[in-house]
Amino acid sequence: MSKLTVDARGLSCPQPVLMAMKAVKSEAAAFDIIVDNRTALNNVTRYLKSAGKITNTEENEGCFVIEVQ
Amino acid sequence: MTKEKGLLLAGGGIVGLLSIILVKLGNPANMGFCIACFIRDIAGGLGMHQAAVVQYVRPEILGLVCGSFIIALIKKDFQPRGGSSPVIRFILGVGVMIGALVFLGCPLRMALRIAGGDLNAIVGLVGFVAGILVGVVFLQKGFSLGRNYQQGCLEGMASVGINLFLLIVLVAVPSLLVFSTEGPGSKRAPLLAALAAGLLVGCIAQRTRLCMVGGIRDVILFKDWTLLCGFIAIIVIALIGNMIIGAFALGFAEQPVAHTDGLWNFLGMSVVGLGSVLLGGCPMRQLILSGEGNTDSTVAVLGMFTGAAICHNFGLASSASGTTLNGRIACVIVLLVMLCIAVYHSKDTTK
Repeated sequence: MSKLTVDARGLSCPQPVLMAMKAVKSEAAAFDIIVDNRTALNNVTRYLKSAGKITNTEENEGCFVIEVQ
Repeated sequence: MTKEKGLLLAGGGIVGLLSIILVKLGNPANMGFCIACFIRDIAGGLGMHQAAVVQYVRPEILGLVCGSFIIALIKKDFQPRGGSSPVIRFILGVGVMIGALVFLGCPLRMALRIAGGDLNAIVGLVGFVAGILVGVVFLQKGFSLGRNYQQGCLEGMASVGINLFLLIVLVAVPSLLVFSTEGPGSKRAPLLAALAAGLLVGCIAQRTRLCMVGGIRDVILFKDWTLLCGFIAIIVIALIGNMIIGAFALGFAEQPVAHTDGLWNFLGMSVVGLGSVLLGGCPMRQLILSGEGNTDSTVAVLGMFTGAAICHNFGLASSASGTTLNGRIACVIVLLVMLCIAVYHSKDTTK
């Protein structure tokens, strides 16, 4: 099964966080979220931490891929 | 306490302090900073409306955008982006300005009015929260104005260019501009102080992402108090400052540049709250984002300028003597238009 990928690029606050919230609630064991600005990166990471998720972020061509476990 | 919360508390505190200093240096009472009022003053200074008491190209606004641009450039946050329903954002900008001028202040001035003891602003705050609540319902239904896309550098810097140009005109050829000789527009801190305060607040707001709407929205949506810290710090520090300089006066009546029409204080700020949630940030945040290269926010700001001109050309803006019939009608129309936009754009795009 392919890993769930949430594409939150180009969306303004707080949509990336809402999408992260939805992915967490979908009970996917692991998923990636792609954002393209630091505000969204900070907000999404902060939310995921508060939801008890472990995150790992990689920067790739101006985008940030947040791997969530 | 997290580092982000600490920064927001410190940043908000500095904004509150600077607001009090600007009033002490000559700005109108409880108006050290007001994005809506100052954009309206600039529109007047450029002759876009003829309300003689509110015409002055406010250096604070020019500083805010330039400050945000400079710090975003240094911190590599400058990203020219745009294309997320710009025309709808323009309309929302017009609407937010109409709501703000029916109430008489943007969310930042609402906080400063509360800090000055103006209880009408508490009524405004209740309306503001109500507007945000409605906006949050639409966000949860999937409201989105769509994605933005990368733009050229020149497009992203156009906002800074306009503001720098206005600053040069203000300093070099002020005879081109209109200056109020009485009323709030005639009350102004010295140019350099106002500009410096604007630059500083621009830097702070860019780094901390301070947003009056975002704070309340995040508490409702995510139980996240981070952004609200900034809002609270502004009120607390400005309150202490007002008490020290003897400018604190608790009550509804006789408040500076304010009216006591409760229903329209409530509805005016509801419009601002809802419109700002749909735009993704309060008027100040739109200015900061515009400095960071977000051209959608630049369009929203241009909408606010147009809205300010409309408000004074068609008698929509309130004054100390109260609201106007045209203003009340416009406020209701704006509310309905915003609800239509919210409903139309609330299809679930997150799937």
